[in-house]
Amino acid sequence: MRVRFWGTRGSIPVSLTWRDLRDRLVEALVAGSGQQLDTMAKAHEFVERHLPFSLRRTYGGHTACVEFEPGSEEYFVCDMGSGARAFGEHVMARNAGRPATVNVFMSHVHWDHIMGFPFFGPAYVHGTRIRILGCHDVIEHAFRLQQSPPCFPVPFDQLLADIEFVQLVPGQTVQVSGVSVTPKLQLHGGDSYGYRFESAGKSLVYTTDSEHKLENIMNTEGFVKLFRNADLVVFDAMYSLADAVSVKADWGHSSNVIGVELCQMAKAKRLALFHHEPANDDPHIEQILRETGRFEELTQQGHRLEVIAAYDGLELEL
Amino acid sequence: MYANVLVLAPEGRLDHDNCAAFHSALDRHLEETGNVAMRGVVFDLSALEYVSSAGLRCFMLAAKQARVHGGRILIAAMQPVVSEIFEISRFNLILDAFPTVRAALESLSPESARAYDQA
Repeated sequence: MRVRFWGTRGSIPVSLTWRDLRDRLVEALVAGSGQQLDTMAKAHEFVERHLPFSLRRTYGGHTACVEFEPGSEEYFVCDMGSGARAFGEHVMARNAGRPATVNVFMSHVHWDHIMGFPFFGPAYVHGTRIRILGCHDVIEHAFRLQQSPPCFPVPFDQLLADIEFVQLVPGQTVQVSGVSVTPKLQLHGGDSYGYRFESAGKSLVYTTDSEHKLENIMNTEGFVKLFRNADLVVFDAMYSLADAVSVKADWGHSSNVIGVELCQMAKAKRLALFHHEPANDDPHIEQILRETGRFEELTQQGHRLEVIAAYDGLELEL
Repeated sequence: MYANVLVLAPEGRLDHDNCAAFHSALDRHLEETGNVAMRGVVFDLSALEYVSSAGLRCFMLAAKQARVHGGRILIAAMQPVVSEIFEISRFNLILDAFPTVRAALESLSPESARAYDQA
């Protein structure tokens, strides 16, 4: 199973500013001084080998949109955040005129998770089939609402694709075009749902916009079951633990520390920090990743968990 | 107890398995901070080897409860691993920590530091 991250930012899209870019250029030029970088190839190699992630790349700024390829002709994606625009371009390019079938699994319908849909190209192509699945009963209403006047110029009814809404039931595993899908209720304003996807012996857990109350043992056990032996857990790590249990308690998000602990209990193989706080710049996220890796080292008991920070454009093979 | 400050010294691991029991035991001690003569509690963590998120939350709840009674909760003498966990979780930003029990006592009240020196 291949996983592609099209949007990894929480709450609202962000972008590098001109100051960020200028400062990176300055830092990179200083780092490269005296290195004989007189060809593009040498410069590329230097950048990839010697500059930190936060200088040579960016975690990116699109909101939630994560595709996975279970080895089917159909497309599978979680959430329609602003990353859905680039995902749509990918679908159109790959299908080269042939209509696609896209399965969309919705965690919930807060704006950052649906805002990409009006810019999702395949929705404007005759013959495309879009199946939008989720546990909320307001998904269709939310999708139509954001494309209603005066918010957007193209009404939902003018989309050319064949769009179907499918209601899922939390805790009930269903088969969707050969993929086993188990939704789980999560703690978030208006509720959210996490998913466990299984196909051909690989398992992916997508769990964003989910707060974990540490005193609730049942909650912990439920998520350990959802994460059990997963090949990848995409986890809402928006806040620090201290913020998540104090000033930002009840804001509906979690932390890197809780992500590691739940994955360790579940013996998951890989944890992807996700739904990055929009206020955090690249060096800050890089620092959180370093610290999370260190926390995993300090707390591992015979089980090694790989920790990564998801970024827009990241592709993983499970 | 050193003058008007209580010193508690949890040992071993504080994690999901034992944090509920720790929290209950703590509640009993914290009720004493309601006593006007009590200035607060110092956690001597020199024998604490590991603390999980659930354990950290116990310290935060203790600090909240103590504040209601006008008392304070201070952390002291953390082992390096526990100190790192405090930093990674950013609990170092919401709980006051001191390198030694004596330094924590001094911060709460000079009487407790004197009592500690004389003990």
